Amino acid sequence: MSRPVRFNIHPIAADIKEAVSAVEAPEGYTGEGFFATQMSSVVGLARKNSMWPLPFATSCCGIEFMATMASHYDLARFGAERVGFSPRQCDLLMVMGTIAKKMGPVLRQVYLQMAEPRWVIAVGACASSGGIFDSYSVLQGIDQIIPVDVYVPGCPPRPEAILDGFMKIQDLVGQESIRRRNSEQYKALLNSYGIE
Amino acid sequence: MSETIQHIQLPEGSIEKQTTTLNLGPTHPATHGVFQNIIELDGERIVSAESTVGYIHRAFEKIAERRPLYQITPLTDRLNYCSSPINNMGWHITCEKLLGVETPKRVDYLRVIIMELARISDHLICNSIVGVDTGAFTGFLYVMQYRELIYEIYEEICGSRLTTNIGRIGGFERNFSQTAFSKLEKFLKEYPDVLKEFENLFTRNRIFMERTIGGGAISAERALNYGFTGPNLRAAGVDYDVRVHNPYSSYQDFDFIIPVGKTGDNYDRFLVRNEEMWQSLSIIEQAYRKIKEFKGKDAEVYHADVPEYYLPKKEDVYTKMEALIWHFKIIMGEVDMPKGEVYQAVEGGNGELGFYLISDGGRAPFRLHFRRPCFIYYQAYPELVSGGMLSDAVVTMSSLNLIAGEMDA
Amino acid sequence: MALNNEFIQQQLTTRFGEGFFSFSESYGMLTAEFAKESNLKVLQFLYDEPALSFRFLTDLCAVHNPDLPGRELCVVYHLHNLQENVRLRLKIYTSVEDPNVYTATRLFSSANWMERETYDFYGVVFTGHPNLKRVLNVDEMDYFPLRKEFPLEDQTRIDKDDEMFGRG
Repeated sequence: MSRPVRFNIHPIAADIKEAVSAVEAPEGYTGEGFFATQMSSVVGLARKNSMWPLPFATSCCGIEFMATMASHYDLARFGAERVGFSPRQCDLLMVMGTIAKKMGPVLRQVYLQMAEPRWVIAVGACASSGGIFDSYSVLQGIDQIIPVDVYVPGCPPRPEAILDGFMKIQDLVGQESIRRRNSEQYKALLNSYGIE
Repeated sequence: MSETIQHIQLPEGSIEKQTTTLNLGPTHPATHGVFQNIIELDGERIVSAESTVGYIHRAFEKIAERRPLYQITPLTDRLNYCSSPINNMGWHITCEKLLGVETPKRVDYLRVIIMELARISDHLICNSIVGVDTGAFTGFLYVMQYRELIYEIYEEICGSRLTTNIGRIGGFERNFSQTAFSKLEKFLKEYPDVLKEFENLFTRNRIFMERTIGGGAISAERALNYGFTGPNLRAAGVDYDVRVHNPYSSYQDFDFIIPVGKTGDNYDRFLVRNEEMWQSLSIIEQAYRKIKEFKGKDAEVYHADVPEYYLPKKEDVYTKMEALIWHFKIIMGEVDMPKGEVYQAVEGGNGELGFYLISDGGRAPFRLHFRRPCFIYYQAYPELVSGGMLSDAVVTMSSLNLIAGEMDA
Repeated sequence: MALNNEFIQQQLTTRFGEGFFSFSESYGMLTAEFAKESNLKVLQFLYDEPALSFRFLTDLCAVHNPDLPGRELCVVYHLHNLQENVRLRLKIYTSVEDPNVYTATRLFSSANWMERETYDFYGVVFTGHPNLKRVLNVDEMDYFPLRKEFPLEDQTRIDKDDEMFGRG
C-alpha cells in the first residue's frame, strides 16, 4: 500500500510575520521619504543574501555538500538557491574534496574564469591542507594556487559545518568595502599568486 | 519548393564526415565527479570517446605501505565514499583472514546490517542521480532526506556520517546501543514506503523509460571481458555476486536473490539496483531478527576475543598502564604480523572490491593493492557510448555509478 | 572432475612440462610462478582449455621488491573461473633494467587500464599495449612513484619538515 498523501496544511494559521524573514536594514539616517546609508553596506547586503555558489566537488566532501544542498539541510535558506556550474556567473567557489596536482591547473583556470568579486571557501581538510593525504600526488592545500577566504575543517565536515562556513562567507561579503577589489593590497595578494 | 542555393562551397562529402570534438570535464556538472571525456561528435551522435582519469589520484597504495593495519582503515573510507562501511569491513575481513581471527556470529550479523545499509545508501545515490540526469530532480530531493536516516544509524554506532571508519579487527568498537536499534527499526518501518514511492516515480515513467532503455547497453560477454562486476555485470545478465560465491561475514546464513537484468542498458542497471535495495532490506530484517535471538551474555558479544589485535577499551587506556601499552603497540603496528599473501573480495556498492595484501611481517603491508571495480569498468565507457546520443552518454555515466575516489585511488 | 588446486596444477604441468611452474598455496589460493616470456601462452591456455576456462581477469598489479636482484618487479594476475568459482594467482618476475612484459589486452579488455596503471606506478612496459601511457599521474611525471626508493611525501611542503614526516 502506498503512503497516504500528506497535504501541506498547517495546524495553526500561519502568522505572516513569522513566515517571512527579512534582513535587517543597515545603519543610516532616515527621515520622511529618504534613507541615507553607505553604498558599501547596501551592496554588501544584496550580495550576501544572493550568493551564487559554484560547487567544485571532487570527492567525499562533495557527497556531504549534496546533503547540504538537498532537502534536509537546504542551502537555499541562505539565499544560495541557485547552485550554478558556470564560473562566469558564480561568485562563490566552493572547493570540496582533494585537489590532486593533476587537478590544480583546472581549479586555477576555473578561479580565473570567475568574475570579480569572487570568494573562495575551502571545504574539508583536503582542500584546506591536503588532509591525511600527505603524498606525492596531492596538492597540499588549495591556498598554494588560489587565495582562500574561509576554511572549513573536517574530514568531511558535517553539513552544519559547511553551512557555518557559508555563513562566515556571508559575513565577509556583507562587510566588504566596494573598493576592496580595486585596492593595492588586493592586487598585491593576487600578484603573490601570480594572477595579474 | 525552390532549391536552396549553396553560398558556401564545401568539399564533397565533408558535411557527412564533419565531426565536432567536445571536451566534457573534468569539472563538468554532468559528470558528477572528476572525469574528462573527449568526445567526437557527429551531430548529436557520438563517434568515439576518450576518457582521462586520475584527477584525484591520492596514492592510497603508497600511503598504505607506510601505515600499520589500523591506520589503513581511514584510507578505505575514502575509496567509495558512498558506501564506506563496506570498505571498512572489507579491509577488516582481509586483516582477519591474514591474522587468522575468527569472528563470532553476532559480529557477523551486525556487520551484515551495516554493510547492507551502506549498499542501500550507495544505490540510492546512484539511482537518484540517474533521475537527475534524466531531468527528474524530485526523486533526488525526496530520497536524500531518507538517506539521513541511514547516516543517523552510523552516527549512533561510530560517531560519524560519511567516512565512518567503523569497526575494529575482530568486531566493533562498542556494542550497538538501544538507540541504534530503535533507529534501525524506524528505518525498516519507513523505508519500504519511500522506496515504493521512488519506484513509482521512475520505473514505469514513460519519459524515464524512453531516456534509459537501450542506452549504454553491453552484452554479458563484453561485460565479463571488461571486468565488470556488481550491479553493472548483473544488469547484463550474469549472476555473479561475491556475497553468494565467496561468502564472507556469514552471508551464507541469509536468504536473498540476485537480481539480474537482460540487456545491460541503463534501465536494467537502474532496475537491478532498485531490486538490490529491496533485497538488502530483507537481509537487514533477517539479520536483525537473528540478532534479537541472542540473549543474556551472548547479546553482549560485539568483538572477537583477540586482545593482540583488538584495541583495548578507551576507559582502560586512560586508566591502566597495561591497556595503554597495548593500545600504543597495536596502533603503531608493533604487534607481529604473519607473513603471507591474502586476496579477499567483498561485494562493494559497485562490485567486487578486492584487497590484495602482501605482508612481509613488518609493521605495514609490504604491498596493498585495491581492486577497485570503478576503475576497471570505466574503461568500457567509450564502447558503451559510441553510436549513442550525447545526452545518453551522461545518463550512462551516472548509471554506471562512477565514484572518482574509488577510481583514482 | 572438480576444479581444485591439484587439478589445475596437474593440468598446467602436463601442458607446459615439469619444472616450468613453481607452485605454492597461500590462504587457499593457488599461486603459479613462471618465466615472463610465456605469460601470454599460459593465459591463453587457461582461457581456452575447457576444463579450466579462467576467463575473468579479476586483477592485475605489480609488486616491487628491491631485495631480489634481477627479479625486482613482479606482475601479479588474479584469474577467476566464474562457473566453478575458483581463483588462481599467476606471478611473473622481471628485472628493473628490462621491464618488458607482453600485454594481455588482446585476451582481456579489462587489462588495458590495469596495465597502464601498472606502468604508471612501477614502469613495467607492456609490449604491444595499444595505448601505454600514464593513467593516474600527470604525463610529465618522470619517475615511477610506487617503486620503493621514491618517497611518499610531497617534497615541496615546508611546514612539516622534520624526520617524523619523512622530509629529513
